[in-house]
Amino acid sequence: MEYLYFGAKGWGDELFFAVLMTIAVSIAAMAIGILFSFIFTPLKLSKFFFLRLIANSYTTFVRGIPELLIIYLFFFGGSASLMFVAKLFGYNGYIEINAFITGAFAIGIISGAYSTEVFRGAVQSLDKGQFEASKVLGLKKPVYFFKIILPQILRLAIPNLNNVWQITLKDTSLISVTGLVEIMRQSYIAAGSTRDPLFFYSLAAVLYLVLTIVSLKFFNKIEKKYKVGY
Amino acid sequence: MDLELMLTSLPKLLYASLVTLKLLASSLIVGLILAVFFSIMRISKNKFLFYFSYIFSNLFRGTPLLVQIFIIYYGFGQIEYLRSTIFWVIFKEPFGCAMLALSLNTAAYTSEILRSAFETIKIGYIEAGQSLGLSKGTIFFKIKVPIAIHQSLSAYGNEIILLMKGTALASTVTLMDITGVAKNIISTSFKPIEVFIVAGSIYLCLTFLIQYFIKIAENKFKINV
Repeated sequence: MEYLYFGAKGWGDELFFAVLMTIAVSIAAMAIGILFSFIFTPLKLSKFFFLRLIANSYTTFVRGIPELLIIYLFFFGGSASLMFVAKLFGYNGYIEINAFITGAFAIGIISGAYSTEVFRGAVQSLDKGQFEASKVLGLKKPVYFFKIILPQILRLAIPNLNNVWQITLKDTSLISVTGLVEIMRQSYIAAGSTRDPLFFYSLAAVLYLVLTIVSLKFFNKIEKKYKVGY
Repeated sequence: MDLELMLTSLPKLLYASLVTLKLLASSLIVGLILAVFFSIMRISKNKFLFYFSYIFSNLFRGTPLLVQIFIIYYGFGQIEYLRSTIFWVIFKEPFGCAMLALSLNTAAYTSEILRSAFETIKIGYIEAGQSLGLSKGTIFFKIKVPIAIHQSLSAYGNEIILLMKGTALASTVTLMDITGVAKNIISTSFKPIEVFIVAGSIYLCLTFLIQYFIKIAENKFKINV
């Protein structure tokens, strides 16, 4: 049990900060993902073949290639391509991108592909009459979108966004390969220095389980809120 | 673009895809067998069996696959007793550990797919079978199982793709699958984009192949429900 002491003796404080890091990087990745889905969902539903092709390639590629490989691409390729761009502007130094930003971005792109599918499904399952009725009523575009379409999309999308969040949260464990000290990396360090991997990896599993269960409770609450009237 | 590197790394990566396929096929089979047992336990009336399956499924679905692989590979090696049992054959090799973790992980997800497929069978079909005087076994194998297969196939197809992507994590425990070899080539050549394109294309081909086979299976099990 002395493994869990706070301070120099145990790993309690390190693990505590690692949990905070996991939460932070998950939220950042989820936010980036939702931002991506706001761009790609309209493209997916667009009338133009070319725009649909872009969005469809994005979701197909990202969902068909292992997450770990995508993270390696960003980890090894991120600073290389940034240095290439910097060279064009005459800067020849070494640039290292922060592991947090690389990780959040890589996981965000993966998460965005799943969110895009969620939002596309939600828009497509909306009753056509809703769009027509708002047009007939002569509502202005912003009113029509924010007051009629968006609330209904959210109601349909939130249960599935919950799944995306769970996937995103679990995917952040892969960022540990880039050296970002989140739960998995901290457990790796602790397991290495105490030679007790069974304890620390089991503890990591428990920490992830707590995070998923707590966030599930949280999402259920939001789901209830948006279910008003149904 | 370094085309030469792409061409020289292609055969290496294709050879490594044999490891990926071996891992995928073996954990798919073991996982499916386990999943059938766990889903039957989930719909059984026995409280103990129900909770055992329930906890198993949520434990494996609530934690990252990477943690599961690390516990089995690094953690279980620590248990002295395990070394003297016959199971050590599985735990001493990275392939065995990765396969075990992937099998258990996919079993958890697949058991949920199968459970919901069994639970959503309309009671009318079963009642129809009963009123025709069919035996319990006939109702199970001739009515419940075909409908359940029909309903779970597309979800199971997604699960196979997720499992295929999951095999990439085996590279973290020194297994030389596509991702493992790709990482090696990247770290010696410092050309991540080229290697990523080749390795990613192989994975995409596998994804499309799986989707194609699932489509065929779906047509085969088409029933007018």
